Amino acid sequence: MPRELIELEQVVKNYHMGDVLVQALAGVSLKISSGEFVAIMGSSGSGKSTLMNLVGCLDRPTSGRYFLGGNEVSQLSRDQLAEIRNRQLGFVFQNFNLLARTSALENVELPLLYQGLPTNQRAERARAALERVALGDRMDHLPNQLSGGQQQRVAIARALVGEPKLILADEPTGNLDSKTSVDVMALFQSLGKNGITVVLVTHESDIAAFASRVIEVRDGRVLVDRKQQAQRAQQAESLSAT
Amino acid sequence: MNLWQTIRVAVRALRRNKLRSFLTTLGIIIGVGAVIATVAIGEGAKAKVQEAFASMGSNLLIIMPGTSVAGGAHGGFGSMPTLTWDDLKAIQSEVASVELAAPLLFSNMQVASEEQNWSTRVSGTTPDYFTIRNWPMAKGRPLSQSDVDTGAKVAVLGQTVVDKLYGPNSDPVGQTLRIKSVPFLVIGVMAKKGQSPVGTDYDDAVSIPTTAYLSKIQGGLKNYLSGMIFVGARSLEATRRAEIEIAALLRDRHHLQGGIDDDFSIRNLTEMASAQEQGTKTLTTLLSSIAAVSLLVGGIGIMNIMLVSVTERTREIGLRMAVGAKPRQILIQFLVESLTLSTLGGLLGIAAGLVTAQRLASTFDWPMLIRPDVIVIAVGFSGLVGVVFGLYPATRAAALDPIDALRYE
Repeated sequence: MPRELIELEQVVKNYHMGDVLVQALAGVSLKISSGEFVAIMGSSGSGKSTLMNLVGCLDRPTSGRYFLGGNEVSQLSRDQLAEIRNRQLGFVFQNFNLLARTSALENVELPLLYQGLPTNQRAERARAALERVALGDRMDHLPNQLSGGQQQRVAIARALVGEPKLILADEPTGNLDSKTSVDVMALFQSLGKNGITVVLVTHESDIAAFASRVIEVRDGRVLVDRKQQAQRAQQAESLSAT
Repeated sequence: MNLWQTIRVAVRALRRNKLRSFLTTLGIIIGVGAVIATVAIGEGAKAKVQEAFASMGSNLLIIMPGTSVAGGAHGGFGSMPTLTWDDLKAIQSEVASVELAAPLLFSNMQVASEEQNWSTRVSGTTPDYFTIRNWPMAKGRPLSQSDVDTGAKVAVLGQTVVDKLYGPNSDPVGQTLRIKSVPFLVIGVMAKKGQSPVGTDYDDAVSIPTTAYLSKIQGGLKNYLSGMIFVGARSLEATRRAEIEIAALLRDRHHLQGGIDDDFSIRNLTEMASAQEQGTKTLTTLLSSIAAVSLLVGGIGIMNIMLVSVTERTREIGLRMAVGAKPRQILIQFLVESLTLSTLGGLLGIAAGLVTAQRLASTFDWPMLIRPDVIVIAVGFSGLVGVVFGLYPATRAAALDPIDALRYE
């Protein structure tokens, strides 16, 4: 039986906080298919960030198995995980994490740099990615010359440029006003149509409303896992105008 | 990601903080510059010393009549004329390692042209003296053997004497020079030689044949040579041998038993030169060690700034790891950054060192000698400093956990 894009089987993650053992994930099992737009919700300390880090191959589970695209990745080395993040994943962060004093284009090129692509191919693909997020005319701008929404779109272009199967977004709208947040959610919704899976961590239910599936985490366990009719994000004028 | 791309990423990162990058390299610039400048100047000083001794004459030994010891009190050199004319002949004919030997009798006295007078050193000598001293003529002819044989009243002048008596740029050949009221015919002017290593002006001298000196200027004891003997050895290597052989010969001729001090002294200028050279070398070594220490301090400066940079860019490192940088690539990136800093510092240091050496050389009128090997070593060493002191910060960067790094505030 072909596996789903993401399959977690009884994943446990323990941390040592000094002498105390903290169980961040207490046996999580879930499956996410290609093209899904999943929102992971939970209060702070619920384990949602740990879950995100594991799904994003930034961390390894203490026990349990994780299959990404049919391959088990739970026991890979740091270098192998880096390779997977580079080729199969894209990250979007709350605080954008763009390199300061570096142009939008160069920021977007970053994942391709670690793929070892030659300069002209990098620039070409980064340009295409920026056009995809409607920032074709801001390529040479530095992050501090861009608005918050534009910065986050540069970050999304950076996540997209490596043509990943999965994009992980950690509170991507946390630093944005509500109108720009809707723009960004519209962008994420459009990715699903192209077969890109989006996993979004948020604690705002009106942001989670744009997802087609909501997973609620509490005390390291999946509390609720429900599909929903996603609220359609209206493409704001700012995005279509630019 | 290949090395070239890594270097470009590193240079871009350094360019984002131009002032800090420059200040960081300053330690290396000063260190390398100081090493290069001190060595260049040290080599220049060495060359200067060599040149000075070479101008006194090569393979040169000077034999002085001995000290008298009267009641335990030592007189100075020449306080007793112990060298004889026969000693000179014996040295010339019996010592194989000696090429030439010439007497030099001298005294300071008043000399006068038609218009001027001047007090200078008047020497009685033979043509060989000029050969031993490597002293060519600028004008006219040198003393000849027949001048010595006939006791001709002819004189060869040094440039300083010409300037004082006849005026600069004048040609005194054919004019009359009075020494102690005795007229001498000026037959030649010696080439300018400059100063001795102790500051004596070689050009402030008048040379006349020994015979004329003895008969007209200052009669001496008949058999005794009341001056010095200049000896030119056959080669540089033979100088030391000549010194030993002459000493043995003179002890034998003077019937000195074992245990009795020499009644003469031999100065070996080659040895004096090498002693002086040794002195400059020691000084250069000392100075360049101090400079090397400043290179080390520069390296610590690089390490310090790289550590600050790693801390400051923790989030950047986390992000690079999140988008797929392997720990090794992060390590190499930071290593290349520190290497770039130190190598750039090394190159700028070379420029600074050369300019400094050039300035000092022209200020003190010293020759400046650039040693290419020192430049290569300095750059290599600064590169090494970059790797050694960059390794720890780079390792720390590579060991960061991407999750913690991304969350770092």
